[in-house]
Amino acid sequence: MELWMKIAAAIAIGMMLVFMFPRAKYWLEHGPKAEKGDWQAAILPILAVVGFVILLVMMVR
Amino acid sequence: MNRLDFSVARPAGSTLATNKLIKNTYMLLSATLVFSALMAAASVMIQTPPGTYLICVIGAMLLGMFVLPRTANSSAGIGVIFLITGLLGFGLGPLLTYYLALPKGPQIIATAFGGTGIIFLGLSGYALTTKRDFSFMGGFLFVGMMVVFIGMLANIFLELPALALAMSGGIILLMSGFILFDTSRMINGGETNYIFATYGLYLSIFNLFISLLHILGALSGDD
Repeated sequence: MELWMKIAAAIAIGMMLVFMFPRAKYWLEHGPKAEKGDWQAAILPILAVVGFVILLVMMVR
Repeated sequence: MNRLDFSVARPAGSTLATNKLIKNTYMLLSATLVFSALMAAASVMIQTPPGTYLICVIGAMLLGMFVLPRTANSSAGIGVIFLITGLLGFGLGPLLTYYLALPKGPQIIATAFGGTGIIFLGLSGYALTTKRDFSFMGGFLFVGMMVVFIGMLANIFLELPALALAMSGGIILLMSGFILFDTSRMINGGETNYIFATYGLYLSIFNLFISLLHILGALSGDD
């Protein structure tokens, strides 16, 4: 990657970080808390995604 | 109006509004994805240089940060969302050109494309059918994205392929979470503007596709 592209990418990511920080803070402080079974309901489909990605990798190898 | 009419009418109105939001969001999302794909095809055909990706992503990011919030409540928002998704699609051109030049390139692109579609439909369908509120994931997802951004920032200068691959893996997990989060926010009233809902889901799909393309390209032995 050329130097100007590195600098531009770094500035863009820096801006995204600045933009995202208040949102992260808001959701951490005011977001609803998980109830019993909530994390399980979220993790199961995400684990299915992990399994599916492994399957896709095996398909292209 | 008796008590029964009142109790039936309110949820029905709310359900109608939710159904309208979901319908409008998926219609706009479909249209922006098609437009984005057309722009990507045009970008591949005219062989845009590698810097195009970065310029388009920065342009789309600025529009998403500063212009979309001011226009999302008017019809101009639809034009802005097409501009953002068109730019992001156009930016994909050099990336797709690179992968198309690899021996297994077309297979990798098709697998990433199909995989993204299946993941999105599966997760969004899951969130729609369970009707569970996934907004409790908000803090975790936004902090996770910040960690990924810090990792990406470091890797611009470190240039470690393993770290880049780990970032792509992390983005796939986070975008999967964001699809659940954004879809459940539409159902549970956390998001009432279909332009913002489309923007959130489009970004999840876009990032999912790029990360899947990276992982498949790297692990296929071609990258």
